[in-house]
Amino acid sequence: MSLPLDRAARVALPTTESVQHHETAVADLRRRRDDALARVPDLQALREHAAAIKGHTLGDLGTYLERFEEQARAAGAVVHWADDAPAHNRIVHDLLAERGVHRVAKSKSMLTEECGLNPYLEARGIEVVDTDLGERIVQLEGEAPSHIVIPAIHRRRQEIGALFHRTVGSPEGEHDPVVLTEIARQDLRRRFLSAEAGITGVNFAIAETGSLVVCTNEGNADLGMHLPSIHIACMGIEKLLPRLEDLPAFLRLLARSATGQAITAYTTVVTGPRPGGELHIVLVDNGRSRLLADPEQRGALACIRCGACLNTCPVYRRTGGHAYNQTVPGPIGAVLAPAFRSDREASTLPFASTLCGSCSAVCPVGIDLHGQLLAWRARAPFGGGRIRWVARLGAEVLARPRLYRLVGGLARLAWPLLSRRWPGNPANAWLEGRELPPHPGASFRSRFRLWSQGSRSREGSRSRGGSGE
Amino acid sequence: MDVALFIPCYVDQLAPSVGIATVEVLERVGCRVRYDPGQTCCGQPFVTAGEWSQARRLARRYLDRFAGADAVVCPSASCVATVRRRYAELSLGDTRVVKEVGARTYELSEFLVRVLNRPDVGARFPYRVALLQSCHGLRELHLGHPSEAVEIEDSAPGPTEAVLRAVRDLELVLPDPPDECCGFGGLFSVQFPEISTRIGRSRLVALAATGASHVTSTDASCLFHLEGLGRRAAFGPRPIHLAEILAWSEER
Ligand code: SF4
Repeated sequence: MSLPLDRAARVALPTTESVQHHETAVADLRRRRDDALARVPDLQALREHAAAIKGHTLGDLGTYLERFEEQARAAGAVVHWADDAPAHNRIVHDLLAERGVHRVAKSKSMLTEECGLNPYLEARGIEVVDTDLGERIVQLEGEAPSHIVIPAIHRRRQEIGALFHRTVGSPEGEHDPVVLTEIARQDLRRRFLSAEAGITGVNFAIAETGSLVVCTNEGNADLGMHLPSIHIACMGIEKLLPRLEDLPAFLRLLARSATGQAITAYTTVVTGPRPGGELHIVLVDNGRSRLLADPEQRGALACIRCGACLNTCPVYRRTGGHAYNQTVPGPIGAVLAPAFRSDREASTLPFASTLCGSCSAVCPVGIDLHGQLLAWRARAPFGGGRIRWVARLGAEVLARPRLYRLVGGLARLAWPLLSRRWPGNPANAWLEGRELPPHPGASFRSRFRLWSQGSRSREGSRSRGGSGE
Repeated sequence: MDVALFIPCYVDQLAPSVGIATVEVLERVGCRVRYDPGQTCCGQPFVTAGEWSQARRLARRYLDRFAGADAVVCPSASCVATVRRRYAELSLGDTRVVKEVGARTYELSEFLVRVLNRPDVGARFPYRVALLQSCHGLRELHLGHPSEAVEIEDSAPGPTEAVLRAVRDLELVLPDPPDECCGFGGLFSVQFPEISTRIGRSRLVALAATGASHVTSTDASCLFHLEGLGRRAAFGPRPIHLAEILAWSEER
């Protein structure tokens, strides 16, 4: 009965140590977020303001997209539209191929991960170097990012040291983060200088001015945008904000929610290409307008990919991001899964939550994440499983008090049997790592009858209870 | 005050002593307790499973049974949260009844503090006790301040903490982090047993690190999960429901 994520967690974080490392690293981000946001006056008003801007923009997205395209063109950028991932990849590849580009420096972009751009370009003879340190680590490791802000958060520093020794020739046994970062930096600098094109993601796009906003901590996007003469920016259509003056609220929330920084180290507003250069903006739908048309689920498009919901999630903390088997893991990933994928596994992801509600409570733009997970569940009960009859049967029993008591009594008789593992025991999933509680004895209902008779007869003969009386 | 008791199905069947303790506490503070033996389940498992048509049947039953009560008291925050917060999403027809019954269904500590204004029920429990906050109690019923809600400036303890602080000789401690989910999650615990037990074990370690002899909660279900893990691993503080602590008096 256990669902795919449960099995995948054993692979993604296989050992107690790996779980502990991930749990601690991720929980630490949540703590930093708490500290940083606690110092923001009127935080609630700021969040509501940001949520309102997103809600408004999504409510009139078509108009804002047209305005953005107009303004971006006026500023000298070339705007491309991609309906889906293959179209996006084709557009990017054509741009590179037409210009004879063989080496690309790419900064962090979840959208290009979503579209599978790297393997697409590599299969066509174009070398892509991820320039974000975390992205570079997972790229060298040959795996996908496991977190949307800290791609290699699942890796311990010893593992990264060994990886760098194998791939970029760092000294054996070196795993001091400062030293490793410097080694990666030297290696990347070389690659930056030889790159013929830069690809970046986009954090926000401003309709009024046709500008792109790119936030990084390493300045790698800036090098990618400014060293080569061609810059390709890939963005989902939901990234729009109406005006430049809408931006500060998001900048204040994004870095604090993500890592507890007051602002990302580099925040760049790009309007048009640099002199003598080219700027191409690829606007990607890839299922977003379908989600926009779904009033119950469209709220997820407000996401600014801060990662706070991942960092607070008790499930994500113990599964790691790879277990989700898609670009965006964690609560927001579980909300997006059924919207973007039609496989059975995706329909089970909304169940991968205890509904503790911490995700919704940390979300800086007020997405009702656990409410949306519940709404998905209502559309595909049990993750589309075949055991709906169990639910029907259960409800039949619970709607009939006599039958309910009978079944309860039988379960009590069978308790010793249920408490042991044997093939076919309905309690087996519970018994994985847990015991059943001890035999509960008689039900409350029958005890209450006895108790209230006893209590009534005791009344008057002696006073019960403590000093409160 | 007349109080209608709601003893959720799982408490009735698996934790009957929690129900009895609830009655004891309520009577001790002067309430007249009524118990309708026709009650069964609020429908929560069906809400979380996505089986909303079955959930509606049970929700309607609940509303019928408790429509006339001035106050319904229940020793389970997640069931109260279902009634108060989730029923509204089930499109049950008469929204006025849904609202009213939801507003008058209380978790035990919530009732003692917010309705009766009596956090002190005269209990004594001479142990160090770690509090395991119920997520639904915390975030849906606001029985405390969730640690992530840094925007809330009010630092007064919520009802659950308030009643425990009023218990004589009880030393209250919180695990670190103070309010992460225990990993139970109802259906979740059997659909994702590996993840559920990973979370639970890590909570158990945090609870044990407080040096508490007992762990308490408003929800027996979370305690079953921890107890089951603790018994398998022969480790961790002893689970005891909040109502059972409050029912301990000087003479016991
Ligand atoms: S859903 Fe909210 S909390 Fe999660 S990544 Fe997106 S903006 Fe951040």
